[in-house]
This record gives sequence, structure tokens and C-alpha cells, in this order.
Amino acid sequence: MQTKKPVPLIFELSSPGRRGYRYPELDVPETPMEELLPKEHLRREVPKLPEVSEIEVVRHYTGLSRLNHGVDVGFYPLGSCTMKYNPKVNEDIARLPGFSLLHPYQPEETVQGALKLMYKLQSYLTEIAGLSATTLQPAAGAHGELTGLMLMRAYHRERGEDTQRKEMLVPDSAHGTNPASAMMVNYKVREVPSDARGGVDVEALRGMVGPQTAGIMLTNPNTLGLFDENICEVAKIIHDAGGLLYYDGANANAIMGYVRPGDMGFDIVHFNLHKTFSTPHGGGGPGSGPIAVSQRLQDYLPGPLVSKRDGEYVWEYPTKSIGRVRSFFGNFGVLVRAYAYIRSHGPQGLMDVSDTAVLHANYLMRKLQDDFDLPYDRHCMHEFVLSGKRQKNQGVRTLDIAKRLLDYGVHSPTVYFPLIVEEALMVEPTETETLATLDAFVEAMKQIAIEAAEEPETVRQAPYNTPVRRLDDALAARKPVLRWTPRS
Amino acid sequence: MRYIPTTSEERQHMLDFLGVDSVEELFDAVPDRIRTEKPLPLPDALAEAQLMRHMKELSESNVSCEHLVSFLGAGSYDHLIPAVVNHITSRGEFLTAYTPYQAEISQGVLQVIFEFQTLIAELTGMDAANASMYDGATSLAEACLMACNVARRSKVLLPETLHPEWVDVVKLYMENQDISVQMIPWNRETGTMDVAALHEDAAGDAACLVIPYPNFFGVIEDVAKLSRWIHDAGGLLVTAADPVSLGLLEAPGAFGADIVVGEGQPFGNTMNFGGPGFGFFACSGSKLIRRMPGRIVGETVDTEGRRGYVLTLQTREQHIRREKATSNICSNQALNALAGAVHLSVIGPQGLKDVAYQCLQKTAYLKSQLRDIGIQAAFSGPTFREFVVQADANWDEVNKRLLDHGFLGGLPLGERFPELQHCVLLSVTEARTKDEIDRFVHALGGLC
Ligand SMILES: Cc1ncc(COP(=O)(O)O)c(C=O)c1O
Repeated sequence: MQTKKPVPLIFELSSPGRRGYRYPELDVPETPMEELLPKEHLRREVPKLPEVSEIEVVRHYTGLSRLNHGVDVGFYPLGSCTMKYNPKVNEDIARLPGFSLLHPYQPEETVQGALKLMYKLQSYLTEIAGLSATTLQPAAGAHGELTGLMLMRAYHRERGEDTQRKEMLVPDSAHGTNPASAMMVNYKVREVPSDARGGVDVEALRGMVGPQTAGIMLTNPNTLGLFDENICEVAKIIHDAGGLLYYDGANANAIMGYVRPGDMGFDIVHFNLHKTFSTPHGGGGPGSGPIAVSQRLQDYLPGPLVSKRDGEYVWEYPTKSIGRVRSFFGNFGVLVRAYAYIRSHGPQGLMDVSDTAVLHANYLMRKLQDDFDLPYDRHCMHEFVLSGKRQKNQGVRTLDIAKRLLDYGVHSPTVYFPLIVEEALMVEPTETETLATLDAFVEAMKQIAIEAAEEPETVRQAPYNTPVRRLDDALAARKPVLRWTPRS
Repeated sequence: MRYIPTTSEERQHMLDFLGVDSVEELFDAVPDRIRTEKPLPLPDALAEAQLMRHMKELSESNVSCEHLVSFLGAGSYDHLIPAVVNHITSRGEFLTAYTPYQAEISQGVLQVIFEFQTLIAELTGMDAANASMYDGATSLAEACLMACNVARRSKVLLPETLHPEWVDVVKLYMENQDISVQMIPWNRETGTMDVAALHEDAAGDAACLVIPYPNFFGVIEDVAKLSRWIHDAGGLLVTAADPVSLGLLEAPGAFGADIVVGEGQPFGNTMNFGGPGFGFFACSGSKLIRRMPGRIVGETVDTEGRRGYVLTLQTREQHIRREKATSNICSNQALNALAGAVHLSVIGPQGLKDVAYQCLQKTAYLKSQLRDIGIQAAFSGPTFREFVVQADANWDEVNKRLLDHGFLGGLPLGERFPELQHCVLLSVTEARTKDEIDRFVHALGGLC
């Protein structure tokens, strides 16, 4: 499986004068440098890039890749991140030169295929959200959140209420990007408590809204993997107070074809195409975070959007557009993969995705409920949260459980999130795993629970079979070494 | 379904274990009145072969730069990309991993980022860099926010010579944090910031000055002078650098930049109709480093003393600090940054110099050939891989005709810059050959 051979830094392989790539000879007549660039603009010190051959580069990165876990390597039940299988054909599709070699400023008549794809994707996402219009511009979920909140401000501003509506309500179970995005638009964050069933505490919410409320950010199912039964009530409370509802679509893998955020009462929805629509996570990105909005917000969307006029696809700016949130039109290469994913599934296929994701999660949850604490005993959606409280009393932290799982060739679940569950372990199996994989995970978790009770030290010292043993986070933060430096 | 491995027997096995009759029952928390009754109005599923045929049709109804010879730049560039890049970024271990939260099984991605940070720091002449941002424009917006936080001021100086879309993005981000943006006019003669317009008092309460390097018109600003001016006024210097140009141009760190950002697409990433590429973000000094947005990887050791890498300085980040974080960024552009790192590693310092030199020379060649047929450069300032020309022509029309000749012409500037009504921004990378340039000049000669 994983090799333990350490890989030197690419800089440590460098030999003066070695080259891995050659550009063609310069074929135009040369103009003397002094005629082109004043001396003071010239670089004095050559940047210390490595001097390596192509085979060294290939072996270096191949060696590094073998130190890494991915969905292609093994199970990756990282809650909230939807680490499902990423279809290979979509990689081939995204690399077709007719997509990958387009310049963003090409005339519309030369990019009708790309515009058609975007137009269709806008409409598919609008339908899945149950809303009115979609922009594909945001580069990730958090970027979608930021964009959505900018739209909220624009909406309240036009009503003359922006200076008064300064509070963004965020549940205590929310993902960190929600409050951080609110901060990016100068909203004051107010935390809404959760109730005993894991949903928004409706009574508390009632007491928190008012003329100062700009809106609320929710995900449903929420980060506990639970569908909030009171969502219609919550929507009414917010709307009655003059606020808007933002839907963090990180958990949309549970709901496709079953329920639409628009019908729950949401005004703005982002989708993480890298989660629900299976575009590869790439070691941290690129993602894509399109947002769909209700009719009353669509004129504020960032531009341009693709629209259709006389059978032609054209760029168009919404009438009261807030502007733009990035350069060009979005992570188009990611959009191509998501479009292909939707087309390969169709309406029934997407429903099967959610259906199976929910079935797998419930199966795992019930298999593990005797060995770990289950804080909310009800059907979960596509993921669930366990607590390692019992193990903590045995001297084993959730972090230790996570590290021990690595020895089984499995990525650990998300840990210590959501914050409202003590020693949280958030498990999201996804629909693309086999029953055998799920059962093997159950076995591993049960083994670890036994170990925690009988030989906690074994768990505390984990992992053992990984390329490196447990790494010292504190040291890294105390004495930051953030780059290689040549030895003098 | 294609990617769902669960058989009907296995489904039944799980349902039996759960004691429910159908998956429907698991959705019991969804109120009936909001359930979707009808199937989503989406087209029916396609098998792989059908999907491929459909996608090929779509892609082939575009005319791409596989067939067009491009002289279009303005933020997205047709550079050569070594073949090895795509092979590395296609490896499933990189492609299908996520943010390296579990460091012990993510040393591949972590070391890649550590090397990437080093490459960006070297390129820009700065102390440290982060793991990537969404793109150049958002990276710049975050740099301005960081400058305001560090300088405890709430005004940003933006030159009109910055890419107009980047101006839009920065303005929108600043407006939402109640930070004012003062635009700095430019000189019609040189195509650079109007240094004469830079009064002492303008800089007085500014958190930072942004220098595009080279600027949107391809022209190189008077960086030394601007750097002195903003620092004298107690503000920070933010440089928005074209990374290719840094093979030849002085590193921003050397003329005193505090933060350097930019768009990394030219290294390792095809144009992709504008994305994904990657934004880079570098700065110097621990005060700034500890306020950087985004992921940062640091070196450490494991329990047996072996060198290893982890995500570090995380107390800046949203998952720890929530509304007190330095940014809301979570997912970034890691795979595109990997592409950039592979590209820079395989070309090395000499390759970097070569590519920059060729851009400079080929741009100069096109400029002189056009001059010979009466199409003049619009500005006197020195340029790198882009320049503006003016001619009494309707450039939209000219570009249409150029397409018939297989050329992607430059970007007409009149819409965004009324004073540049008859001007167009042309770009020449190392990927263009002398023959292509000559044919382009010939075609233009017949049209202008
Ligand atoms: C619940 C939730 N919200 C928001 C986000 C942010 O999404 P992104 O990483 O695409 O910016 C995430 C991603 O991890 C998430 O899990």
C-alpha cells in the first residue's frame, strides 16, 4: 500500500546546469536588451528553482503521490466533504481541447458550445435548488457564501435597510466558513443555539430576530447530518422579520430529487460542485460554488451570466448586478465535469445518489451506535456524528481514534466538528462505496473501540503503518518553517 | 446506477438491518408539504459512450486555441506547458485527495504545497507564501484586506492601470467591508500610473498602494519610486505580479513589496475559458505572515524524529477562529498549484529565464513589425509580453476578419477605457512562432 520511503525535497535534487525541459530556439531577430528594458527593472538575483531532469521530476512526484491517500486509494469518509468517486471519463472530457484551450475573451460566436454548457448547467442547478437563477462564478463554497451575503446586502440596501440589518444568524453547529463569510461583509454574527433534537432552537430564534436581522445561514441537513423538521417555521420567522435565508449546500448530496432548498424557504443556495457533483477535490481544490437565488435577488447577481437570445448564447449582465467576485466566469473546467456528471445521471440517477448515500449512512450509524456514543438517536441523512466521549473517559481522544484508523488504510472521519458534539466524529460514507467497504470500516471502528478500552496506549501512539508517525503540530506552529532554504 | 455499487440484495440487507421498508422512511423528517413530487426536470441519463459523444459535440462547437493562433492575453495566456504536468496532476493520489487534514497519510500533498510555497517565495523574493487562492483577482482583494488590518487604515489606492476585472473584484470586496478605494489615474503618454498625481496627502491615510507589475497595458511601472512614496506615507506596497515576467524583471521583494499576489495560470494550467488557474499570495515579516489568508504548510518532525509536513498557523483560519478568522477561504486551488509547481520545477531557473526572454523578444518583434506597417504602439513605456496599439480601425470588425484567417486578435479597450477608443491590447507568448507573427502582421496590414 503506502511506501515509507521519505522523498527528498525537489530542491535537494538540484544539480547546477541540469535541465528538464527545453523551449524552442528563439526564432525572431533579437533586439538588444537595453532597448527593451531599462537596467533598473532587471532581476539581479536568479530565483533558486530546482535544476532537475524530467525523469527526476516524474519520480519525485510519483514518489510523493505514493505517500498520499485519495478516493482512488481507499475509503475516505470525511464528513461534510462528500468524498465520492470521481468518474474518470469526466477527466477526459474536461481535457478536450475544445474546452481546455478556450480563451475567456474569445468572441461569443466561437464559444457557443461552452456557453451552451454553462447555460444548461445554470438551469439544472436552478432546478435542483428550486429557485429562479444561478451564477457559476464563485470558485468554492465559501466564495459562494460570500457572494450570497453580498447579494443580501445589496437587497437590503435597495430597501434602505442595510445600515440597520447588521446581524447574521448562524447556528452553533455551523461550519466555520459561515461566520467567517459573514465577517467578510461586515455582518455581526449571532449564534443560534440548537435544540435537543439537533435542529435550530425555534423559540430561541424567535427571540433573536428583529429589524437588525439581515438573515440566517443554514445547511439542511445540518452538520449533524440531521434534517431540520422545523425548517418551514424557521423560514417564516426569518422572512417575517424581513431577513433572508442562505442555504449552505455542502450537504446537498442528501436531498437531490427529494426536496429543494427553494421549497424549504431559502432565498440563496450554494452548491459545492466538488462535493455533490463529484468533481475531484485535487488535494484541496479547485472547487466551484455556484449560487442559485430566488426571483427577488436575481437582478443583483454577479455578471456576466449566460442567456439565450435568438437561438444564440450570449453574455448578459443582470440589471442591478453587484459586479464580479472573481476574474472571468468561474472555474469552467470544474463546471464541465459537473455538467457531465448531471448528464450521466439524469433525474432518477441523482435521486438514486441521495437515496443510497442516506441508506449507507444510516447503516453505518446503526452498526456503530453500540460502540460509540450517538448524541442524536434518529434517522440521519447522508452523514452522522458520533461522540468519542466514552473513549475519552478511557483516556483515548477522538484524535487518537482518527490516527488509529489510518493504520487500516482508511481516511478518518472529520473530527472535532461540529463543535456542539463533544469529541465529534463525523462520518460520511457516500453512495459510491461497496457494502464490503462499509463493513470493513465497521470492523475497524469496533476494533479501535475494543483497543481503547483494553490497551488505550496502543491507540494513543497511533498511527504505525503510515509513511510517517504522528507529526508534531505544536512544533510547526511554534517555530514556523514555511519554505526550504539553501544550506549556506 | 453507474457509480453506485450497491446491489438490490445489498440494499435489502441494509434495509432489513435498519428495520425499515424503504429508504423513503429514512426521510421522515422532511415535511410532506415541501417534498418534491415530480422528478427533477433534467435530461435522461447518458451512458458513457453517449456522454462522450455529446461532450465532444459541445466541445467541437467551440473554436479553440488548438486551431486558432492567439494574440489575446489580458489575464489568460496561451503558454507552452510541458507534457509531464498533466501526467502528474492526473494521478489519482493527488487528484482525489482533499485538504490534507490527516497529515500522516497526506505527506504527498503537504510536501507539494511546501515546495510550492518555496517556489512562489523564490519567484517573488518574499519570505513566505500560502498554499494558493482562488485566482489573482481574489488574491489581490485579500491582500488589500490584510493591508488594512495590519496598517489599521481603511483606504486602498488602486491604479486604473490594473486589470479592470481585478478593479471590480477589489472594489466589491472593499465596499462590503466599508473600506474606501481611491483610483489613481494614469498617464496617456507612458501608459503608467500618473506619478505627478500622487500627492503626499493621497497616501496619508492609505493602507496600501497596489502596483500591477507589469500593468494591464503590459507596461512596467516605476516601481522604485512608487515603493518609496507609499512607504514614506506609512502604507504597504502590494504588488500584483505576472509570474512569467519575474524570470526577467526585478523581484518585488527586492524593491520593497510587503505583499505580492498574482495569477499563476501561465504555469502549468491551460486557459480553461478563464478557470481554474490559481492565485498566489506571498508576504514578508512574521507580522504579515501570521495574518495571511488560506492554508499554510510547515515543516515539523514525527515521533521518531523524521522530517514531515503539516498544515500550520491554523489559528488564523475559519475552522478555528470562525468570525475572527483572517479570511473565509477553505477550499483553494491546490491541484492547479501542483501544476504550477511541476511546471516551474521541470523548466528550472534557465527555463524561466528563457520563457520570459522569449515573451519579451517576440512581443518586441510584433511591435516593430506593426510599426513598419503604420500601426503604432499607444504608449512609450517599456513593455513585457503585452502592449497596446492604436489604429484608426473598428477592432471588433478587424477581429472578426482575423478569425477568418485563423487568428484570435487582441482585446479592444474602448469599452472600458473611453480614451482608448481605437486601441487594442495584444499579447505574444513564447508559444508564437516567427511565422505566425509574420502572417498575423500581414493579415492585419490588409485590414487596418
Ligand atoms: C458545511 C460546509 N460549509 C461550507 C464549506 C466550505 O466550502 P468550500 O471548501 O468549497 O469553500 C464546507 C467545506 O468544507 C462545509 O463542509
